[in-house]
Amino acid sequence: MSEQQHITLPEGSIERQTQTLNLGPTHPATHGVFQNILEIDGERIVSSESTVGYIHRAFEKIAERRPYYQITPLTDRLNYCSSPINNMGWHLTVEKLLGVKTPKRVDYMRVIIMELARITDHLICNGVVGVDTGAFTGFLYLMKHREVAYEVYEEICGSRLTTNIGRVGGFERNFTPAVFEKLEKFLKEFPVALKEFESLMTRNRIFMERTQGVGAISAERALNYGFTGPNLRAAGVDYDVRVAQPYSSYEDFEFTIPVGTTGDCYDRFLVRNAEMWESLSIIRQALDKMKTLPSDVWHADVPAYYLPAKSDVYTKMEALIYHFKIIMGESDILPGELYNPVEGANGELGFYLISDGGRSPYRLHFRRPCFIYYQAYAELVKGAMLSDAIICMSSLNLIAGELDA
Amino acid sequence: MSLTSDYIKQRLTEKFGESISQVEESFGTLSFAAPKDLNLKVMQFLYDDEELQFRFLTDLTAVHYPERKGEELAVVYHLYNFRERVRLRLKVYTSVESPKVFTATKLYESANWMERETYDFFGVEFVGHPNLKRILNVDEMTYFPMRKEFPLEDQSRVDKDDEMFGRGGHIGI
Repeated sequence: MSEQQHITLPEGSIERQTQTLNLGPTHPATHGVFQNILEIDGERIVSSESTVGYIHRAFEKIAERRPYYQITPLTDRLNYCSSPINNMGWHLTVEKLLGVKTPKRVDYMRVIIMELARITDHLICNGVVGVDTGAFTGFLYLMKHREVAYEVYEEICGSRLTTNIGRVGGFERNFTPAVFEKLEKFLKEFPVALKEFESLMTRNRIFMERTQGVGAISAERALNYGFTGPNLRAAGVDYDVRVAQPYSSYEDFEFTIPVGTTGDCYDRFLVRNAEMWESLSIIRQALDKMKTLPSDVWHADVPAYYLPAKSDVYTKMEALIYHFKIIMGESDILPGELYNPVEGANGELGFYLISDGGRSPYRLHFRRPCFIYYQAYAELVKGAMLSDAIICMSSLNLIAGELDA
Repeated sequence: MSLTSDYIKQRLTEKFGESISQVEESFGTLSFAAPKDLNLKVMQFLYDDEELQFRFLTDLTAVHYPERKGEELAVVYHLYNFRERVRLRLKVYTSVESPKVFTATKLYESANWMERETYDFFGVEFVGHPNLKRILNVDEMTYFPMRKEFPLEDQSRVDKDDEMFGRGGHIGI
């Protein structure tokens, strides 16, 4: 022990207490492609910066060249956990522009599909919140029943995830008896699973301690940040487009808007769970209302925009003309400018459409709820633990497809 | 008292007089344009006024009208009143040569990313924005893709032999 050893440390390495951590873009815990650059002090988050745009596909630009019916598949890819709502929102926007009035039965059919989509979206979100807190079981309980909901979509439109369901004016075909059977199956079995899920999570001490007080936001801040949907309602604001500006005959239904108080992850979870129950009740009401209506109506009478039946195309001149005009994208749309919102599964999904009378929109802008509220993430997780940041992200219900459009 | 379009129109003209233009109502939404140096004043007035209370910025985007000389870019704000459930559309026109518009981030946190997106796609420079950089496109991009001078590729072009994507070759779509 004769010589004293000197270690040369890099400049500033002692003073610097924090380190940078990349959460994402492809990390199992982010459930989608977005990156958060976190500055952490031990396990506590000092600051964070979100980078988005990894799966930006320029839908707004593409839409400027497409006929209106070809824009529906673009909307599928926004919030792909509840594509039917996006599809319906787009149809409703175009119908509003064209002044198409849909029959009540079509409205109720749409309500059924939209509420089913809301359930499938919320169950994923709440299931994933469970997974991120370490409870995988609940997720599987619910996931089993999403399958039934997807079978309903499949029965109506032929696809499951990116549905392209419905048309401007109504549905592509009537609900088959199998749809009603599957809906009944869903309405019978899903509440049992949801009840089980709730008894597993809601009063679970571990779950409560992991989520209460995490990622909380006040109503005032939430409004300033442009929150909508369940995240805003968890903060205590009872804003729901279905009630504030009813579309598709939502005014005919009895339902409550669940609200929270603290706006934290736990309240968001409770609001989503309560909304699933409300959605189930709306589906039941819609099915009952449909029984009193003639069962052979599934679209409005708008031959210029709604594809005629194949049997007519082969035998009738007019149907043939309309068929070609629609397929070739040659139906001219009236000029106009409107903003039409629907209550998407994670907030107000708005379509700002400007038509100059041409065959495709002059400008189409999607108001994507999660793009707007994701900017609050830095504020929500500041000072929180790293593991809380992950729960906070999943409980906001961020869907990369909608974020980036 | 319900907030009618006529009343909003009246209050706005009382306050700002001739500056408010293009007042029209389409599909139940009142729409008007304001000069670009007044955009914040108009929004602040709509926010603060006890009766108007437009305190929620629903949407912010832009539209490019290349044929309107001197006011090629329109920045469009959708404001919402929660109490009366009324929506309002405010437009601010700016020239494409000097697309400078004051930022709404002081009033609404939500404007932050929406303005970044608008800058990213239309090149509208929001004066006073805390972090005005590209958001969805790559940082190296040198142009603003949503402007009308960038048309999408003509789907019927035949000069491109691109079998993989269904154009040309034997697929013939």
